[in-house]
Amino acid sequence: MGMVLSNERLTDGVYHLKVETNSGGKMGQFYMLRAWGAYPILSRPLSIHEVNEDSVEFLYHVVGEGTEIFSRLTSGDSVELEGPFGTGFPQVEGKVALIGGGIGIAPLYYCAKQLPGCDIYLGFSREAYRTEAFRPLAAELTVDVGGFILDRVDFSQYDHVFVCGPHPMLKAAQLKGIAAEEAGSKTKVYLSLENRMACGIGACLVCSVSCRDGQRKACADGPVFRSEEVIFHD
Amino acid sequence: MTKMSTTIAGVHFKNPIIMASGTFGFGREYGKLYDVSLLGGISGKGLTLHPKAGNPGTRVYETASGMLNSVGLENPGVAAFLEKECPYWETLDTARLVNLGGGTLEDYVLGAEMIQRDADLRSSLGKTAVDMIELNISCPNVKEGGIAFGIKTSEAQKVVQAVRRATKLPLAVKLSPGAENIVEMAQMCEEEGADAVSLINTISGMKIDVRRRSSVFNNLYAGLSGPAIKPVALRMVHQVAQNISIPVIGMGGITSATDIIEFIMAGASVIQVGTYNFMNLRAGSQLVEELEQFMVQENIQSLDEIRGII
Repeated sequence: MGMVLSNERLTDGVYHLKVETNSGGKMGQFYMLRAWGAYPILSRPLSIHEVNEDSVEFLYHVVGEGTEIFSRLTSGDSVELEGPFGTGFPQVEGKVALIGGGIGIAPLYYCAKQLPGCDIYLGFSREAYRTEAFRPLAAELTVDVGGFILDRVDFSQYDHVFVCGPHPMLKAAQLKGIAAEEAGSKTKVYLSLENRMACGIGACLVCSVSCRDGQRKACADGPVFRSEEVIFHD
Repeated sequence: MTKMSTTIAGVHFKNPIIMASGTFGFGREYGKLYDVSLLGGISGKGLTLHPKAGNPGTRVYETASGMLNSVGLENPGVAAFLEKECPYWETLDTARLVNLGGGTLEDYVLGAEMIQRDADLRSSLGKTAVDMIELNISCPNVKEGGIAFGIKTSEAQKVVQAVRRATKLPLAVKLSPGAENIVEMAQMCEEEGADAVSLINTISGMKIDVRRRSSVFNNLYAGLSGPAIKPVALRMVHQVAQNISIPVIGMGGITSATDIIEFIMAGASVIQVGTYNFMNLRAGSQLVEELEQFMVQENIQSLDEIRGII
């Protein structure tokens, strides 16, 4: 059980939630949260946006009944949270690009704090949010509204590229990584996948991801995968 | 001290709370959250002879008080289970049920034979990893086999008969609520030498995405579980328990100690907890504690006092 410290609306349907807990977490990991009794049945996975000594922050987009209930939370309310879970982004050396699409920017803020000197690319379909918080953490910050943020990144300039965003963006990033590799670049691309989950700990196999070496679990083996491991079916 | 323990076919259950197949992996993940040896038992992820990748597309969808799933029996296969999971199961002090599914009669038999051989080998070394086979003839989420065996008593009989011959291990048969006649199905299991029946598996259901004008599931239908199915499960457990003499393992939407008591009063010997594991990752340890407290409050000395009293 954790207490809500704040739950700020950033823009239409996007909220910044801060919950009291000392459970911490690593970049790219997530928590399972619920703020209700029996319905909805499942808790919701939210990726870690920021870790403080006595709290963890999340950025979420209201997409269904669970996140709608989250959006009504106010300071002092309690939420059940379990975590941190999952295998996040690796701590890497060298030149790093962080690329986020929409609410996919959520896990990248904590990454940026761990990886000083990274370049950050944030893409939004309609309205930008939280970009000023990223600015002091970036060697260079590129923000794109309404375009295609991947078009602004030259993968070959980086040792590591971390990507989080909607499914088509991840697939496009995978192709871009392959193209960079074929051109002789040694860039390692990591994708953070989103998937429906029931348990969040690797027991239910609801969030299964097709990978080159078989089925993997988005919750436990991921949500972060090496780009070349993942097989996109559509 | 209240008596929560029960024995089925020589297998001791320290309390009536078993974690249901498909919701508990092989116990390792929950083992990081609490001591799974507190539980009466665990039923492992449904196994098939060969590894299975499961169903593509959406695998879970929430409904009013329930959950539809279409995981499609993704599992590592019997051999990988015996090699990789059984060493962990050997360390657990709880009843361990291996849930065996299949696509063909031959798959069921070969799977059961492999489990038996492994049990014999471990036994010769003074070890045990599997206490009971829970035969799954009722998975609604696989195209071949699965539910087809679970509907017609005559079809189910072939599987139960063949698996009974293939293993000496205690055998529970998990029944589908879609069975043509659930009581006849359970009676057949008893006649064929099953040691218990588990019921109910999920109820076949559907969810349509009206904007995309299609089912949300690639297989159209999916298995409904959770509190929504509890009244149906309870009724079926009651009907079956009155008509057979082997024990009933009851399940369907259990989320509290009072739910457990209801199933015991309906005639279940032990119960399984499934979807609630997703609603509360510590469901197992909390229910054990809650049940003990409830029995003290209600002055129930032993579950035997109330079993089947309705």
